[in-house]
Amino acid sequence: MKNRVIAVLLGGMALTPLAQAAEFTSIQADKSSLSFVYKQMGVPVDGHFKKFNTQFTFDPAKPANAKASFDLDLASIDAGSEEANDEVAGKDWFNTKAFPKATFVSTGIKPLSTNRYEVSGKMTIKGRTQNIAAPFTFNPQGNAAIVDGAFVLKRADFAIGEGSWSDFGTVANEIQIKFHFLANAAK
Amino acid sequence: MQESRYTLTAIALHWGMALLLITLFAVGFYMHELPLSPWKLQIYSWHKWAGVTAFMLVLIRLGWRIAHRPPELPWSMPKMMQLGAHIGHAILYLLMIAIPLSGWLMSSAKGFQTVYFGVLPIPDLLEKNKELGDLLRTLHMSLNYLLAALVVGHAGAAIKHHLIDKDDVLARMLSWCAR
Repeated sequence: MKNRVIAVLLGGMALTPLAQAAEFTSIQADKSSLSFVYKQMGVPVDGHFKKFNTQFTFDPAKPANAKASFDLDLASIDAGSEEANDEVAGKDWFNTKAFPKATFVSTGIKPLSTNRYEVSGKMTIKGRTQNIAAPFTFNPQGNAAIVDGAFVLKRADFAIGEGSWSDFGTVANEIQIKFHFLANAAK
Repeated sequence: MQESRYTLTAIALHWGMALLLITLFAVGFYMHELPLSPWKLQIYSWHKWAGVTAFMLVLIRLGWRIAHRPPELPWSMPKMMQLGAHIGHAILYLLMIAIPLSGWLMSSAKGFQTVYFGVLPIPDLLEKNKELGDLLRTLHMSLNYLLAALVVGHAGAAIKHHLIDKDDVLARMLSWCAR
């Protein structure tokens, strides 16, 4: 893994003199979304977060220099129903009083293929930090770019849903997280 | 030839559905005020699966009824009473169809697809819509109270036939009891 990161870093440095593409430095919050799908008794249920801050510095020509991070307000969740929203704020789930935010800080972004990349980093939820990796597509359109990605988060890794909820028979362990960002180029 | 009693299939469907619908009603009454818990999600799912089953059973039952004419009402019954009995039965059938449909639509409007036994997804006819979901919830409950009232009347009428009129109306729905 480390070697690969170094290889990507070197590759990025080698490309630097040739790079002409714009660097994207901000995310337009009102055109971006952070949503998820979880399975409850075998039934997929959609949810999303209303409040999150994303920092994003990305030049497709220099992915090794890219940085991505976000913090999201866990209380801004819409988990599909009012009673679910109340429930997930509680101690067994996010315990938002003690841990109001979830954070992600990237450790590296590597290219996979044309317009496809993978971001790795550290996700912290409920005081627990785990390494995660998420593939995403990056489609520049002039001064803006669409970033679309998804990954599977296992709720047990972050103690999301403890006690009577820790059994995966009712709410599955795997939560599909989807992000859609509109990135703007540096002016 | 006109049979004097219901077929065994009709008898089995009648009493099987009676048991299923009473259980569904009791479970629905119990579950709707429960605080959110894994138990609540499980019991809601079982209620929906049983409701889908009841809907399929009522379709089979209607098909059977069309193919096998039920025995005539006793000739001693006044014509108005006979008409009342037929209307009552028609409303019972309508409610047995409308109640699971309203439950399914409510579930869709509340944003929870019905997946039969967690395996077979039943399409959502409605988009998620909170106001519509609440309206369908009220409809589902009201139709259930109406059905409960009609079932009480239906059972009362059967008992009256048996004890007061002393005819075979109840007996012909019981395979072991001949009059």
